[in-house]
Amino acid sequence: MSFRRYIARRLALGVVTLLGVIVAVFVLTFVLPGDLASLKLGPYATEEGLAAMRKEMGTDKPVPVQFVNYVSRLLRGEMGKSWVSGQPVQRDMVQRLPATIELGLAALVIAIGVGLLLGMVAAVRRGSVLDQLIRGYAILGASTASFWLALVLIYIFYFRLDWAPAPLGRLNVGMQAPASITRLYVIDSLVARDWALLRHSLGHLALPALTLGFIVSAPMTKIVRAAMLDVLHSDFIRTARTVGVPYRAIVVRDGLRNAMIPILTTSGIAFGYLMAGNVLVERIFAWPGIGQYAWTALTTKDFEALRGFILVVAIIYVLINLVIDVLYSVIDPRIRLG
Amino acid sequence: MSAPTSAVFSPTSTTRTMGRVRRFSKLLQQNRMLLVGLLTLVIAIIAALAGPHFIPYGPLETAPELKLEAPSLEHPMGTDNFGRDILVRVLHGIRLDLRIASLVAITALLVGTLVGTFSGYRGGIIDDVVMRITDVMQAFPSFVLAMAITAMLGNTIPNVVIAIAISYMPYFIRLTRGEVLTARELGYAEAARCVGNPEWRIMYLHILPNCLTPALVQATLCLGWAILDASGLAFLGLGVRPPTPEGGVLVGEGAQYIISGEWWISVFPGAVIVLLAFGFNLIGDSLRDITAQEER
Repeated sequence: MSFRRYIARRLALGVVTLLGVIVAVFVLTFVLPGDLASLKLGPYATEEGLAAMRKEMGTDKPVPVQFVNYVSRLLRGEMGKSWVSGQPVQRDMVQRLPATIELGLAALVIAIGVGLLLGMVAAVRRGSVLDQLIRGYAILGASTASFWLALVLIYIFYFRLDWAPAPLGRLNVGMQAPASITRLYVIDSLVARDWALLRHSLGHLALPALTLGFIVSAPMTKIVRAAMLDVLHSDFIRTARTVGVPYRAIVVRDGLRNAMIPILTTSGIAFGYLMAGNVLVERIFAWPGIGQYAWTALTTKDFEALRGFILVVAIIYVLINLVIDVLYSVIDPRIRLG
Repeated sequence: MSAPTSAVFSPTSTTRTMGRVRRFSKLLQQNRMLLVGLLTLVIAIIAALAGPHFIPYGPLETAPELKLEAPSLEHPMGTDNFGRDILVRVLHGIRLDLRIASLVAITALLVGTLVGTFSGYRGGIIDDVVMRITDVMQAFPSFVLAMAITAMLGNTIPNVVIAIAISYMPYFIRLTRGEVLTARELGYAEAARCVGNPEWRIMYLHILPNCLTPALVQATLCLGWAILDASGLAFLGLGVRPPTPEGGVLVGEGAQYIISGEWWISVFPGAVIVLLAFGFNLIGDSLRDITAQEER
């Protein structure tokens, strides 16, 4: 299969999945809950009130009409209006995404760092006590409840040691955000050479990023270990060793290079998880990202906002998988022949 | 059990059981992680079932004069803001979390393997449709899917079970389908077809039992995930609601006290959640290793 045809096929599949996602979100949030208006207004709503609310939400019309309305609104880039913020949902999303992305990237950097180190050590010392301990670490990471770890870290580093700032968002209350370029505060304050602001934004970022980074470092460690073992037992490495290339150089150069693809895949999946799975962590740290937005939407029955969140998360997930598959076929040409 | 064919080679049922016990204990000796995981869960289950009978307080019993007491001999895990004993609430929480997790794993395993077998055996357009549906389901991170379904269905325990089970089903469908795709071409399936078995019989009585191993391993891992997901939902205020003692509810009740130093309200229940998930993951991980070795 030619490269271009492969990409085209992969894109088509992505579009099909996205259409499915839209249908799923529609079924999940329009059809499944029964009467949205009575959910919204509660048990003491009057008949007139309900009728007015149904009209406002558009749920007085037959389901197929609602679906067409929903899709045509989406195609115009409209996701409805949030009850809580009073703004269009897509504007809320755009405003809040940078916070989530900054947290996700920071967690990913921690996870990749820890995963590379532990995975490499475990592979080189395969079967040793150290390998066993690292395996235990990976299983523990996969078993850790993020919301609990977040609270434990807050207790230790904020309440006991007072090293971290109060878990209240991205900066201290009343601080001015850096001049907006990427809207990632760490990078923006670096660019602006505002060292005090950099220190504050890093301080606020540290605990939530550590929480999520620890959890994501577990699968990363496992993947790196497996990938390194694959490489270290292959024929070309044996040849390299017999002709006298130092082992350390082999591990770092060839091992790392061959671990890149699995690391990339895991990073993609993990980033998808971080974009969405951090509803819990964002809520605990009052981190003003889309996860916290989703939580507010849930508790205030802000259906348009909730629907927007689910849709945005799913779209990001599908796009990341698409990008990874394409990158894959660029790195490893054998894949598109399959 | 089949009838013994010769006196020399037929082990009696007791020696056969002995053989099984010996094989199992050898397996445990070689796989320390499996042993640790099993021990963790057995201890947790015994504590959850027997523990509350030895504690003079009920899980909902309040004592305003004893509120926010630090851990002591009377209250080994301290008390919460209503003076409730945290230990007894944690033990009841283990019961509920284990019940939710097993129902989730059983539901996802049952539906997932049945659908996966059907899809893989039939192939063609049915298979295509099922695969696209799992694609769409997997386009949502599983926690978000479970969150959305619970929010829409309403906050009851059965709804939490349904929501989490649905979000895990794609894994089981894909695993089983993959196995069935190879199994349906094998000799025994061919033989079953030749003697005129109806299709459902071939699928569910001949092929499915031979394709279950990966799904069963996955189910063990799902037990751990389900505990984390169910308690995460409860922490957000979805699904199980206070005052019902459940791991995530308990952690949530203590969340606001963590910054004023009353750490025990959240830390103990959360540690127990992690311990349970750790037990299941140890077992699941070792089982995956063992089954992978046997296939080689």
